[in-house]
Amino acid sequence: MIDLLSVDFMQRALIAALLVGTVAPMVGIFLVQRRLSLIGDGMGHVALAGVAIGLVSGTAPVLTALVAAVIAAVVIELLRARGRTNGDVALAVIFYGGIAGGVVIISKSSSGTPANLMKYLFGSILTTQRTDLYVFAGLALLISVTTWALRPRLFAVANDEEYARAVGLPVLPLNIVLAALTATTVVVAMRVVGLLLISALMIVPNAASQLVANSFSGGLGWAIAFGLVSSVGGVALSYPLDTPSGGTIVLLAVALFVVTAVVTGVMARVGGRRHDVAETHPHEHGAECGHPAVTHGDHVDYVHDGHLHAAHEGHYDEHGVHHDGVPEPAGTTPGLTSATPGPTTGPTSGPTTGARP
Amino acid sequence: MRSAALVPLDAAAADEVVSLRGASFGYGDGPVLSDVDLSIRQGEIVAIVGPNGSGKSTLMKGLLGLNERVAGTVTLFGTDSADFHDRARLGYVPQRHTLSASVRATAEEIVATGRLPRIGWLGRLRATDRQIVARSLDVVGLADRAATEVSTLSGGQQRRVLIARALAGQPEVLIMDEPTAGVDAANQHVLADVLDRLVERDVTMVIVTHELGALERLLTRIVVVDGGRIRFDGTPAAYLAQRADVHHDHDSHHHDLELSHRASLAQGPLDATPNDRRRP
Repeated sequence: MIDLLSVDFMQRALIAALLVGTVAPMVGIFLVQRRLSLIGDGMGHVALAGVAIGLVSGTAPVLTALVAAVIAAVVIELLRARGRTNGDVALAVIFYGGIAGGVVIISKSSSGTPANLMKYLFGSILTTQRTDLYVFAGLALLISVTTWALRPRLFAVANDEEYARAVGLPVLPLNIVLAALTATTVVVAMRVVGLLLISALMIVPNAASQLVANSFSGGLGWAIAFGLVSSVGGVALSYPLDTPSGGTIVLLAVALFVVTAVVTGVMARVGGRRHDVAETHPHEHGAECGHPAVTHGDHVDYVHDGHLHAAHEGHYDEHGVHHDGVPEPAGTTPGLTSATPGPTTGPTSGPTTGARP
Repeated sequence: MRSAALVPLDAAAADEVVSLRGASFGYGDGPVLSDVDLSIRQGEIVAIVGPNGSGKSTLMKGLLGLNERVAGTVTLFGTDSADFHDRARLGYVPQRHTLSASVRATAEEIVATGRLPRIGWLGRLRATDRQIVARSLDVVGLADRAATEVSTLSGGQQRRVLIARALAGQPEVLIMDEPTAGVDAANQHVLADVLDRLVERDVTMVIVTHELGALERLLTRIVVVDGGRIRFDGTPAAYLAQRADVHHDHDSHHHDLELSHRASLAQGPLDATPNDRRRP
C-alpha cells in the first residue's frame, strides 16, 4: 500500500476515486428513484463529443465535456417535460449522435489514437493530471453541496411528481438541476471510470444499498459506502493487476452487489423461519384500539388476549405471553413494562386520544 | 412564497374555499367535463361521485390546476387560480396503490415531503416541522409505524400515509382521490375513523369516489358527476330522497343508475343514460 501511494499518478487517481465514489451514488439514488437509471450512460456518450471537440481545438477536454454534457442534460429534461410521444426517440438521437460525433471528431485530432479513445471510454489511472484534480475537487464539492441542500425537494419530486406539482414545488427546475448534477458527475468520473462505465458507478452501489436499507437516508449512506469501496478498491487493484481502472471499479461494484444479494437473501430466509406471526384480526392496534400498549425493548407491543402483538410489515408478530407487569419473552429489558396504558403508551398517544366510542 | 394580500371579498364569498363558474376541462377538442358551477365552503364534507370515466377525476384535477381549463373560471380562496400560488393550502391525496416502489423510504420520510411547501426554497425541516410530521402520522393512526419502510405497509396503511403527507402541509381543504379504492372493509372503517377525526378538526374535505361505502356517514353534501356534467348537487338526505323517488318509478331501471352508487360499480360512461335532472 505504501508502495502504491508513493507513485505519483496513483495518488492522483486515488484522490479522484474518492471524489467519484462519493458523488456518483449520491446523485445516482435520485436517478434510480425516478427510474432513469440509464440516463447517465447517455450523458457519457454526449460528453465524448465534448472531449473530442476539446482535443481537436486544443481546449481542456474536461471543460468542453462539461459544457456538452450539461447542455445535453438540460435539453433532455426539457424534451421529457414537453411530451410523451417521441421523447424517448429524441434521447436516442442525442445520445448516439453524441458518441458517433465524438468518435469521428477524435479521429481528426493528432492525439486521436485508438489507445487514447479507450482511455476516455473505459478509464485509466494514468490520465488524471494535477490541474484536473483541482477541477474535479471543485466540481465534486459543488455536486455534494447542491445535492445536500436540495435533497428533500429532489426526493419529493422523484417520489411523486404529480403531488409535487399540485402543492406548488418547482418540478421542472428541480429536474433540470438533477440532470445538470448528473452531467457534472459524468465529467468528474470521466478520467478514472471512463465515459461508458460512469453510469454503473451511479447505479450499481444504489442497487446494492437498496437490498440492505430500510429508509431513504439509510439507502443513501449505504450507497456512498459501496461506491467508495468500489472506486478506491478498483483503482488500487487496477495498478498491480494492470487492468483498466473503470472496468475494475465496476466489476468490484457488481461483486459487492452479488455478495450483498446473497447475504441478505440468506439472512431473510433464516429470519423468516424464526418469527411467529400472530393470528389475523380485522382491527389495527393503535392509540384507540383498547388494547394496552407496553414497551418491549425498542418498540411497542399491544396486549391482545394475554399475548404481545408487535407490528411487523403488513401483519403482527407474536412476541410471547404477557404476564401482568412482567413480560416473559427472551431478550426483553425487564422493568420497562406495565399493563396500565399510562405513560407507556408513549408514541401512540396524542391529541386524538380520547374515550373510545 | 406566500401569496400577496388577499383581495377583499364580499361577505357571502368569504368562507368559499373553491368556486367554479362555467368551468370546462379537457384537451382542446371536446372537453371531458363542461360547464361546471360548483362552490365549496369551509367545513363542508363533499363527495364527488360518479362511475369511472364520468369526469369526476377531471373535475378534481381541475381544482388542483393539474389539467387544462378550456373555459370558465376557477377561484381558490377568493383568488383566481392563475394568480394563486400558495398551493399548500390545498391538501392533495392522490389515488396511489403503491408508494415509492423504486427506492426504500420510511413513512416519516414520505410524510415529511408534505411539509416542504411550507418551508421556503432552501429551508430544512426544523423541530416544529418534525412535530407536525409526527402529529400528522398520529392523526392517521400510524405513529408507531413512522420508521417503517412504506412498501411493507398494507394498502390501507399506505393510503393513510398519503393522507398524513397532505396533513403535514396544514392544508385548509383536503382533496382526496378514491381514498377507499382497493382497501378492504376493515381498513375502510379505520380510514373512516381517521376522516372522522379530521371532521372534528374542521377540515374541509372533497372526496372523489365511485362508491360511498363506509364514508357515507361523514358527508354533508353529495355531488354526482356523470357524462361530463354535474347531475346532482345536494345534501345526503336529498340524495337519498331522490334515489328513493326514482325507485318509485317503475321504469327506474335506468334512471336510478346515476343516483345509486351501488349500480354505478358496473357502469361505464357508455352505459349512462343521460336523463333530466330530477328535482322533487
